[in-house]
Amino acid sequence: MSRGVGVELKDLWIQFDDFVAVRDANVAVEGGKFFSFLGPSGCGKTTILRAVSGFLDPSEGDILIGGKSMRGIGPNKRPTALIFQNLALFPLMKVWENIAFSMEITGASAKARRKRADELLDMIALSDQGDKLPSELSGGQRQRVAIARALCAEPDVLLLDEPLSALDLKLRQHMRTELREIQQRVGITFIYITHDQGEALTMSDHIAVMKAGVIDQIGTGKDVYNDPATPFVASFVGENNVFRGKVKTVSGGEALISTNRSGDLLARISPANQGLLKPGDDAMLFIRPEAFSLSQSQTAGNTRVTARVTNEEFEGNAFNIFMEGDLGKQIKVAIPNLGQSFESRQGQTIALEYDMRNAVAMPAGPMATE
Amino acid sequence: MPRFLTEFFKRNGILMGGLMLGLVLFWTIGLIILPQLSMLDFSFRPNLPPPEMGGPKDVYTLENYHHLIFGPEGASAAYNYIDLGVFFRTIVAAVCITIFNLILCYPIAYYLGQSRGNHVRIFALMLIIPYWINEILRAFALRIIFGQTGVLNTLLVSLGIFDQPYDFIRNDIALYAGLGYAYILLMIFPIYNVIESLDRNQIEAARDMGASWVRIHRRVVIPYAKPGISSGCTMVFMLSAGALAAPQILGGPSSLWFTQIIYQWFNDNSNWPQGAAYAVVLLVTCILLVMAAMRLFKVNMGDIGK
Repeated sequence: MSRGVGVELKDLWIQFDDFVAVRDANVAVEGGKFFSFLGPSGCGKTTILRAVSGFLDPSEGDILIGGKSMRGIGPNKRPTALIFQNLALFPLMKVWENIAFSMEITGASAKARRKRADELLDMIALSDQGDKLPSELSGGQRQRVAIARALCAEPDVLLLDEPLSALDLKLRQHMRTELREIQQRVGITFIYITHDQGEALTMSDHIAVMKAGVIDQIGTGKDVYNDPATPFVASFVGENNVFRGKVKTVSGGEALISTNRSGDLLARISPANQGLLKPGDDAMLFIRPEAFSLSQSQTAGNTRVTARVTNEEFEGNAFNIFMEGDLGKQIKVAIPNLGQSFESRQGQTIALEYDMRNAVAMPAGPMATE
Repeated sequence: MPRFLTEFFKRNGILMGGLMLGLVLFWTIGLIILPQLSMLDFSFRPNLPPPEMGGPKDVYTLENYHHLIFGPEGASAAYNYIDLGVFFRTIVAAVCITIFNLILCYPIAYYLGQSRGNHVRIFALMLIIPYWINEILRAFALRIIFGQTGVLNTLLVSLGIFDQPYDFIRNDIALYAGLGYAYILLMIFPIYNVIESLDRNQIEAARDMGASWVRIHRRVVIPYAKPGISSGCTMVFMLSAGALAAPQILGGPSSLWFTQIIYQWFNDNSNWPQGAAYAVVLLVTCILLVMAAMRLFKVNMGDIGK
């Protein structure tokens, strides 16, 4: 049983001339899990994937698959299969030939190949499409063919390089569910590369958030979303409002931060930053749009913020209110649409409140640029 | 008027469209089809002095074709072994040159098509620049290299590989090298063009699935490059079978290229009908061979234009 093989990156350092694409990455991907590397384009996540698949040699450090060092082992000898961003299906081969291509190499007969291809076609619900050319399929179908082709070689680790990015929104959301299901069914390790935090959060067991060649945080989707370790993670994963200021007091896991324009705000310090904030330090405080509520009369224990409304919009599932905020950014508040009436507050100064458990404080640092 | 024509005129306007269409028709009909038809007509007529043309003796005849196959009337041999021999040798040699060129040019074209960066342009330029020199000079340059006292022989003898100079010219090596070299670009560039557009991920995907380089080329690159390969091969084959300058200059004294015989009929013997018949046979054979090869390798006519 070779299922559930783990992948380890040890002090991985990848450099192209002067440019460091990956800096000291240490990651342990558990076998049989869905692991995502999440980061903006150019952060080095594709470089990591190419190194794991063997198309690129690390400058320093090592990659272990199933505990075995992959040094000097070519891409065709590794127990990995890669799904390319553009899928890279062979346009001149029929769908079934595409799927069973890896079996040609092992010398399987055409009959055996066809049989296996048909099994996989059943699995991806494309039973009668084997004799078509890839160009005759829809985007989502091609997607599934690429997955089947990669799975045909029975790899221990499936590597996916943003394979959903070319699909339209509805299909992308559908394919997320499907990919997750396939992963759970076959039980092998998936390593997924994406810049889309929605994909990473919905599919992954664990996520590594990357910025400019450095892994900022590794954790479950919940960890990364609720307890961001750095301002970059806080601002890149999901939407967030930032408040900047100086630490006034620290007590237990909480910090009171005196902000430039919103007064003193109370927040909890995220687990990764415990003990790193001292009074007088520059700090950043993040509150999600959905963590605010419009303050009628202040709930006990909640903190209040007042600001002037500059814009309002209706997004369907929520009303968004934008207010003058810190650092040239607007404060965004999302009020869920539950059928209530919504009166415009354009131009008014209104009060918001939040539960301090939903506010995260951390040392100031660079944020994600949109 | 068919739809593509109305659309063509709508897009380009009556004046411009008419001009373009007129030029294309003039080129294909006036410069290609009509002269070839007149050659075809010539090939079926007897060789008569001008006053007798159009006279009672000017009737259609197969005697020119008969001459190629059976030789002159009253000849001792059953067949025209000399001309037929040259004809088959030319065709076989042209096929060999085409295959040799393909083997030589495919790796170059693949390398150029899959590399990125400035060195590709420099490489391509180095391939193109020699073609600024005209064909005759290039052929004579090869004569200098391959001659009895040429560069190659001097080198080989001084290195002790040969005791005495090898006659590259008499043994037709110079000729084949010259013909191969003459059309190398026509093989490289069509293949390069196609391979350049091949998604490199496909090669990596095949490699990722464990394919060897041989299999990657056999299953992924060559099928994709087939239109380029077939148009390159077609051009090289047609042009080497029809080459004249290189065989004149580089051919050995005893070996004729079929085009040289055609040339002799037209020029030295002033027998245009006979020359025309020989030329028609060469043309038709070449076209049939190309079409048979296309059928064999499952290439469509439309692919050749790619």
